Amino acid sequence: MTQSVSTTCPYCGVGCGVLATTHKDGSISVKGDSAHPANFGRLCSKGSALADTVDLEGRLLHPYINGQQSSWDDALNAVADGFQKVINEHGPDAVAFYVSGQLLTEDYYVANKLMKGFIGSGNIDTNSRLCMSSAVAGYKRAFGADAVPCNYEDLEQADLIVIEGSNTAWCHPVVFQRIVKAKEDRPELKIVVIDPRKTATCEIADLHLPLKSGSDTTLFNGLLHYLKQHNHIDSGFVEHHTDGFTAAIAAAQQSSGTSEQVAQYCGLNQDDVNAFFHLFANTEKVVTLYSQGVNQSSSGTDNSNSIINCHLATGRIGKPAMGPFSITGQPNAMGGREVGGLSNQLAAHMDIDNPTHHDLVSRFWGTDSLTTSAGAKAVDMFNDVASGKIKAIWIMATNPVVTLPDADKVREALQACDLVVVSDCEQNTDTTACADILLPALAWGEKCGTVTNSERRISRQRNILPHPGEAEEDWWIISHVAQRLGFEQQFDYRSSAEIFREHAALSGYENKGARDFDISGLIELSDEQYDQLEPVQWPINARNPNGTERLFTDKRFFTASGKAQFIAIQPRSPVNAPNEAYPLILNTGRVRDQWHTMTRTARSAKLNGHIPEPFVEIHPADAKKWSVIEGALALIESQWGSVLARVQITDNQRQGSVFIPMHWNQQNASSSRVDTVVNPVVDPLSGQPESKHTPVSIRPYQAVWHGFILSRTPLPSINCQYWLQIKGEQFWRYELAGDTAINDSSAWAKQHLSSDGEWLEFSDNTSRRYRAGVIKNNQLESVIFIAPTHELPTRSWLSQLFAEKELSSEARTNLLAGKPGADQPDIGPLICACFGVGENTIKEAIACGDAKTVDDIGKQLKAGTNCGSCIPELKKLLYATAK
Amino acid sequence: MKEKLVLIGNGMAGMRTIDELLKLAPDKYDITVFGAEPHGNYNRIMLSPVLAGDKSIGEILIHDLQWYQDNNIALHTEKTITQIDRAKQTVIAEDGMTTDYDRLILATGSNPVMLPIPGIELEGVISFRDINDVNIMIETAKTHKKAIVIGGGLLGLEAANGLMIQGMDVSVVHRSGTLMNQQLDQAASDLMLIELQAKGMHFLMHHDTAEFIGKDRVEKVRFNDGSEVEADLVVMAVGVRPNIKLAQDSGIACERGVLVDDTMSSYSPNIYAVGECVQHRNQTFGLVAPLYEQAKVCASRLANSGAAKYSSSATATKLKVTGIDLFSAGDFIGDDNTENLVFSDPARHIYKKIVLKDNKIIGTVLYGDTTDGNWYFSLLNEQQNIAAIREDILFGQHQVDKELL
Repeated sequence: MTQSVSTTCPYCGVGCGVLATTHKDGSISVKGDSAHPANFGRLCSKGSALADTVDLEGRLLHPYINGQQSSWDDALNAVADGFQKVINEHGPDAVAFYVSGQLLTEDYYVANKLMKGFIGSGNIDTNSRLCMSSAVAGYKRAFGADAVPCNYEDLEQADLIVIEGSNTAWCHPVVFQRIVKAKEDRPELKIVVIDPRKTATCEIADLHLPLKSGSDTTLFNGLLHYLKQHNHIDSGFVEHHTDGFTAAIAAAQQSSGTSEQVAQYCGLNQDDVNAFFHLFANTEKVVTLYSQGVNQSSSGTDNSNSIINCHLATGRIGKPAMGPFSITGQPNAMGGREVGGLSNQLAAHMDIDNPTHHDLVSRFWGTDSLTTSAGAKAVDMFNDVASGKIKAIWIMATNPVVTLPDADKVREALQACDLVVVSDCEQNTDTTACADILLPALAWGEKCGTVTNSERRISRQRNILPHPGEAEEDWWIISHVAQRLGFEQQFDYRSSAEIFREHAALSGYENKGARDFDISGLIELSDEQYDQLEPVQWPINARNPNGTERLFTDKRFFTASGKAQFIAIQPRSPVNAPNEAYPLILNTGRVRDQWHTMTRTARSAKLNGHIPEPFVEIHPADAKKWSVIEGALALIESQWGSVLARVQITDNQRQGSVFIPMHWNQQNASSSRVDTVVNPVVDPLSGQPESKHTPVSIRPYQAVWHGFILSRTPLPSINCQYWLQIKGEQFWRYELAGDTAINDSSAWAKQHLSSDGEWLEFSDNTSRRYRAGVIKNNQLESVIFIAPTHELPTRSWLSQLFAEKELSSEARTNLLAGKPGADQPDIGPLICACFGVGENTIKEAIACGDAKTVDDIGKQLKAGTNCGSCIPELKKLLYATAK
Repeated sequence: MKEKLVLIGNGMAGMRTIDELLKLAPDKYDITVFGAEPHGNYNRIMLSPVLAGDKSIGEILIHDLQWYQDNNIALHTEKTITQIDRAKQTVIAEDGMTTDYDRLILATGSNPVMLPIPGIELEGVISFRDINDVNIMIETAKTHKKAIVIGGGLLGLEAANGLMIQGMDVSVVHRSGTLMNQQLDQAASDLMLIELQAKGMHFLMHHDTAEFIGKDRVEKVRFNDGSEVEADLVVMAVGVRPNIKLAQDSGIACERGVLVDDTMSSYSPNIYAVGECVQHRNQTFGLVAPLYEQAKVCASRLANSGAAKYSSSATATKLKVTGIDLFSAGDFIGDDNTENLVFSDPARHIYKKIVLKDNKIIGTVLYGDTTDGNWYFSLLNEQQNIAAIREDILFGQHQVDKELL
């Protein structure tokens, strides 16, 4: 019998509702939850593919100590003893937790309570540090609290949406789709995109400002100055509800000057700058939506305050359809902030250095060892591990060896660390490879709890799958270690509901409206009510029993004065400027169909089809200058490290800067972990790394051979300099290149592919081309293509052959040609992940005139009709062929 | 009063010449034909199917005796010409019968090479050349078991295949390690070996025959290495030699074959030669295609109808041997200055090789799949530069963008 539950998506911060259904055969299927206010039934390509990601292949299902499977009891003892020993010998600040926005609020709460409340150190920080800590710091400086004023409806009701430093189309696709729909309904809705790159998000932009990387504060100081000059200040609001206006204006005027100077500094067209200023000044309903492009900067906090300043100056806050809206990267970044998951926060949006808060939390938790000082922020934390200041670290649900800047140093630090504990749902990640103790955690679909999305909406994550192996809830694991550390009573938790009630109680404890985060309205939830909990936006208290759509409607803020604070912004350039050795700026980011370090999304062949290989986007002029070729491999180097990536030449990229996605890692690529290149530079206030600005050089990778393998079964290991592993539909794909020649290709092939089966071979030795195919019981088992250049047949037709029950004799004849014979279709690179529609197919439909609009394409090929994530690309294709 | 045309040799090349001539000038000559065999003119190539039992002798006759009568051609079967008196323009048969000619065609064909090996004269040691040989084989197969075929060329393998079908246990003895080395390279030969072994044929590669042993009928074959095998029947198929005895005895210029010019005229007045007995521009012939070409040229010469010239251009060989498709042309072995494109799918008995020099095809050998043979051959003749399609050419025309050529 089938059973359905409503839960939420584990990916980005939009926090979409998901209806998951289990079927008789144990498989599950998912669709968007039409009742959930975040998405009203929509899902993006990643969310739609969740069912592909729940198989147990590669899952961590048992505890391990030093590589040996162990009992839970031994593992928990080992963790507790290890931490206790370090604490005894070196004090509580010699241990640390590095946690994650992937944890549920209940897990997060328990981890924070243990470290700050009972171990007595501030050393718990989270990967959210890399994601939105600058936005947090900005909000706190302006509002006295980490309070996101807006909600998604505001976007739909706005007349102007300024999207800054966010490829919303790819990174928050469902929010993007809501904006697209709003613009369709109200074409007068204007969209301005501020981003050095011309991303898919620009498809709906009325105006795109491709500003110089790191010049954001100058642009918004310029705007603030313009608003003042042209009398667009809401003086009533400024006077009664804000402080620091004069200083902020002075700084803005002094630093930005005229729009001409702004344009020049930001590398923009002056008319565009004026158009933006004019549009912002003359549109009342403005939402500024911002994300990593703003946050991941050594000026990240100033960036967000420069935005907030403009909203305060115009009084555009606390009202429908307006406000500064930071959209978070992770499903529970907000939940982490709420429990105090950041090392400089206490709990429930209270501050470590605030004596009242400290006393309050001490009493609530019944502890006298509550930390009195902030702990190390992510980057510093791993520096402390490297320096030996931190001797034991517990990493939960995250992959710092891939995601932290100067990532090789992070790995070395962990390898040298006395005790590294990793709890994860994956057996093999770049981080679990450094662990002394591995603890198996439950994954999405298996665990229960709550998450908070970007609009402060708390939703239940509910389990639909059984607990596999010995995997456990993270809160269970942490609690059992806490108990072994001697805190039996304080961590005697039996359910996530129980933890949630305590968390709610703390938020309301002696609050009386003094603190923004207050969910005291949920203290009394019974277990049943907790299970039934509908999505609701905090604060939830006596005053707002049904939650709160938007904050600051009363124009009261959580500062001492109760007024919002202007911040005088002095623009600063990124820390490391490009130089002769490293003349280009590396910008990092995400692709549409992968999530973080790919541990889950890379399980889905569908998702891998969109962008199978790590790439470097570069402007045509730069490509020419550094003589790198479209489709070939390039070596990108900074003073911290280097990566290899496939060159994509596009004028969507600003001249002087290159872009590389952050997902790929040692598990699926030999040399594409881009954070080894990224400079370990952080914002002085938020501690968020400057992941979007690292000086690098680029040059062609001197490969003497290139090739690929498609194999029905994964290969144990590949002996060459560049390799990349991609899971496909019933096959594994390997992209290969090497800088030392293969003497005997045939022998090399037989070494790597299963030699039994029928071998087809093609050789052109003098031009160093070799191809082979292996066929077992009339099914294609594997193919290998080797050539002196990167120009090889497309993989798409060969890939399709793995789905065929029996390889046709035509296919066999054409196999080593790598393409079907005349008049057989080759669908080309995948565009629509949901329906597996390829670029060639779409181009054909457009070419023969049947498809003139995205809808036509949808009607004919179904492309873009499910998740819609590929619609920007469909538009591009339509546009390209129209030209 | 018509001119007298005499044809010595009632085989395929000679009679094809007559056919062509009758088309051009039906009434120009009184025609007399001498044949050593007792039959009308038959298709020698079809002897293999006859041996294999696929065809009857009747089926492989090109012209039966009635046809000669209908066309007023005097046919003398089982009459061997022993002498040509060029001065008198007369031919003389072994029984002394003389026949005058105004023009004479020599089409004496070739003789199988019979190695000068002790015991060659024993009963049961034969060649594979004519209907008589075939009949002997078929008869022997009814009463005997062990057959040895000496020579792994085209003819030898067809004989071996036929004998196997006739129920004999057949071993092929071959000097070198490459079967059909006129048509195949080593790799193709290896495939063929495997495929024929699978059919039950045995092979003694790199074996040199030393002696045939037996009282009056052959019983054993001994090799140079001293090893022996039992044999009830030995078929010699180590090649053919142009049959030029008559021409030489009659003082007509010969080297390996009867020397002819581009109009198929010998160096003696009014005497022409066609077929396996001739040597044209230092080349002798074994396959049927060039023979028919020669017949055309010779006929037009005899009909005095213009100046058709024979040019022995490079020829491609397309064969079906024991049911296996083969195609080869040009230099398919190559040397240090050539490059090979090679495709193999042994499980499907397919092997293809193109030999390139400066990106032009100079040779090819195709085994199992000969679909594109003629295309490669025309590219070879046109000396096309195939650099642009080098990656795809081996996978067939349907894989190649012709624009690129």
